[in-house]
Amino acid sequence: MSKADAAAAILWVGATFYALFGGADFGGGLWDLIAGGPERGERPRALIQRSLTPVWEANHVWLIFVLVVLWTAFPSAFSAIFTTLYVPIALAALGIVLRGAGFAFRKSIVGLQGRRAMGATFAISSVLTPFFMGTVVGAIASGEVPAGGNGDAFSTWLQPLPLLIGAMFVASGAYLSAVFLVGDARRAGDAEMERYFERRALGAAVVAGAFAVAGLFALHSEARYVFDRLTSQGLPLVILSLVCGAVLLAVLLRGGRRPLRPLAAGAVVAVIWGWGVAQFPYLLPTSLRIDQAAAPDPTMTIIFIVFAIAAVLVLPSLGLLYTLAQKDLLESEH
Amino acid sequence: MPPLDPLPLAASASNLLAAREQMAFTLGFHIVLSCLGVALPATILVANYIGLKKGDEAAIELAKRWSKAMAVTFAVGAVTGTVLSFEFGLLWPHFMDRFGAAFGVAFAIEGIFFFLEAIFLAIYIYGWKRLSGWAHFWSGVPMFVTGIGGAFSVVAANAWMNQPQGFTLNAAGKVVDVEPLKVLWNPATGYEVPHMILAAYMVVGFLVASVYAVGMLKGRRDRLHRLGLLIPLTIGLIATPIQLFVGDTAARAVADHQPAKFAGMECIQETGGHQTEYVGGVCTSDGVKAAIPIPDLDSFLVGFSADTKVTGLNDIPADERPPANTFLHLSFDLMVGIGTALLGLGAWFAWVWWKRRDIPKTPWFLRAVAVSGIGAIVALWCGWIVTEVGRQPWIVQGYMRTSEAVTDAKGIWFSFGLVLLVYAALGTTAILVLRSMSRRWREGGESEETGAPYSPPAEAAP
Repeated sequence: MSKADAAAAILWVGATFYALFGGADFGGGLWDLIAGGPERGERPRALIQRSLTPVWEANHVWLIFVLVVLWTAFPSAFSAIFTTLYVPIALAALGIVLRGAGFAFRKSIVGLQGRRAMGATFAISSVLTPFFMGTVVGAIASGEVPAGGNGDAFSTWLQPLPLLIGAMFVASGAYLSAVFLVGDARRAGDAEMERYFERRALGAAVVAGAFAVAGLFALHSEARYVFDRLTSQGLPLVILSLVCGAVLLAVLLRGGRRPLRPLAAGAVVAVIWGWGVAQFPYLLPTSLRIDQAAAPDPTMTIIFIVFAIAAVLVLPSLGLLYTLAQKDLLESEH
Repeated sequence: MPPLDPLPLAASASNLLAAREQMAFTLGFHIVLSCLGVALPATILVANYIGLKKGDEAAIELAKRWSKAMAVTFAVGAVTGTVLSFEFGLLWPHFMDRFGAAFGVAFAIEGIFFFLEAIFLAIYIYGWKRLSGWAHFWSGVPMFVTGIGGAFSVVAANAWMNQPQGFTLNAAGKVVDVEPLKVLWNPATGYEVPHMILAAYMVVGFLVASVYAVGMLKGRRDRLHRLGLLIPLTIGLIATPIQLFVGDTAARAVADHQPAKFAGMECIQETGGHQTEYVGGVCTSDGVKAAIPIPDLDSFLVGFSADTKVTGLNDIPADERPPANTFLHLSFDLMVGIGTALLGLGAWFAWVWWKRRDIPKTPWFLRAVAVSGIGAIVALWCGWIVTEVGRQPWIVQGYMRTSEAVTDAKGIWFSFGLVLLVYAALGTTAILVLRSMSRRWREGGESEETGAPYSPPAEAAP
């Protein structure tokens, strides 16, 4: 493995963590959005808020990690992506601001009116942000980003595949979130909420699966390189994802109380790495290879050192945060 | 580019202005919040420590309240900081394309600090109830360390833009080799980093103190207000004299490293010794008008001798001179002026405290503290104006012009307009939220509890 390939793998690791944890936080926003009026939605919203409050900022940092690794290790790819897909990227940035601010303000503001306005801001932008991020990924996968950048501002991502990937991002975030919330409800001994989010996890799994199948067709017509590799080199990962998804569905349908989170995470992680394998050796299929975009070796060495420090310091700290949160030692209502 | 087609040039010139305005505005907004991220943890920990050590309920209550306020400001800071990293690509893609491999190194390190800060901040903020006193205190200590580390990395990246080194370019201008340590420890790191960290402590110290000064002026003279004034004010007052020393060193280094910036901010037209220091005024090509002149002082400040030769704008090529010299000059003077005034405030306080172990009795002292927070923020903005506008027309001093870095994307004026609207709403709501929190604390004593997002406070619930 070359240094550039290793840096690309680190980029993918960051993207995986972001998709899992950041994605689930966005999914929580979607469930908040469609939880109904203040009274009907009170309990699910309370559970969502308790789950998200101590962790969403730390989860968000994975996005910064991905951006920083991208522009440091592969500066020309960063610039090509940002000069082409600036419309969905700017909209995602707007969504990030509104999501975070809306969520933080809702807890601290007084008055139902203000809370509902902040809650709506949080919840709507929780849906739009992953959608636009998905269109960016979809446009990259379908080879719409030229190596030199400055691709068309709209036709590059307003295509079936990027839009489908956008929808898939939203659905898989919702799926992850529902599965995580099932666990939180179990821990809280809240059987009603457990069933509530089990039903939603099932629904989201079906929707995400449908988008994935539609995405495969779109991939076939719009992103042949990625499609061909996904169905050859990437096939084991696709199958792994399908198996995880199917087992999870079976467990949910039979109402078993087996741990769901590893299965849900496995399904999503396998897709992300399947995409990575399918794109290899390109960062921007098929115009920019990983080695062409790579920064000089000493820069890559710093990326490795930073990643090693992250593995030694950040991951255990994140583990501590999650453990404390799961043991209810962190209170969202001070 | 076809030489006789004025339109792309005009479009990119317009893009440049819009992009610079948007960057300046979003950075100016974020930097206040990042000061809170850097220096509020230490302030809170001091109160927490006093509270635990002396069993002081008021100090613990202050630490709790400040950490709740920090939960709000950190969230807003996290998202506005994210906007800045998006803007690197949205506004300055050619800068990142050419130099990301070099100065990205600093941001990669910053990523670690931001991560750890976000994690331990969450543990500390939400750990008040269930973690035991000292365990909880120690869970907050990483916030203090990572705040400083994060500030170091980000400001080192900016210092590198002012004093770029540690990279090799090939004939095509592409970075082909990088020496990461030289990138991080560039000549400007040594003064920019401490200048900014001290600025953060001054902003937080005076800003938090000003909140309690206002409360005391309204007649709230309990122990909570007294401590709420004394703890942050002491931090700000310790930082101030060090800051004046660091800032003075920085100005001399800028005169040496970036003579164009120094000539612009001091409005020096002709190279030579015996330069007059002008306080205030309007900078014109004939020198400074309507200012207070102090003969020889500028030369003396640069080299401790009236004979010190200082480079004037006449020795800087016309297309490498910084713009808006009056604006630069007044920003610099205002920053120094506010810093000096804060030093005076500190001397006043220290004198009275030494004499009577009490804060000065006159309401004028509280009034001065009440405006010191805003003053420190204005000084912070002025400092960044001098750093950033003074570096123009360069984005990477001597290597890349800002006009070469800017995006060709359309709609930057539109995005700037949108940013203004969204940030106006964001800033207003944040202030309203913080004010309503403080009102609830005053009325309810203990903090409110909410069971669910849209339910009434828990005390009222059945």
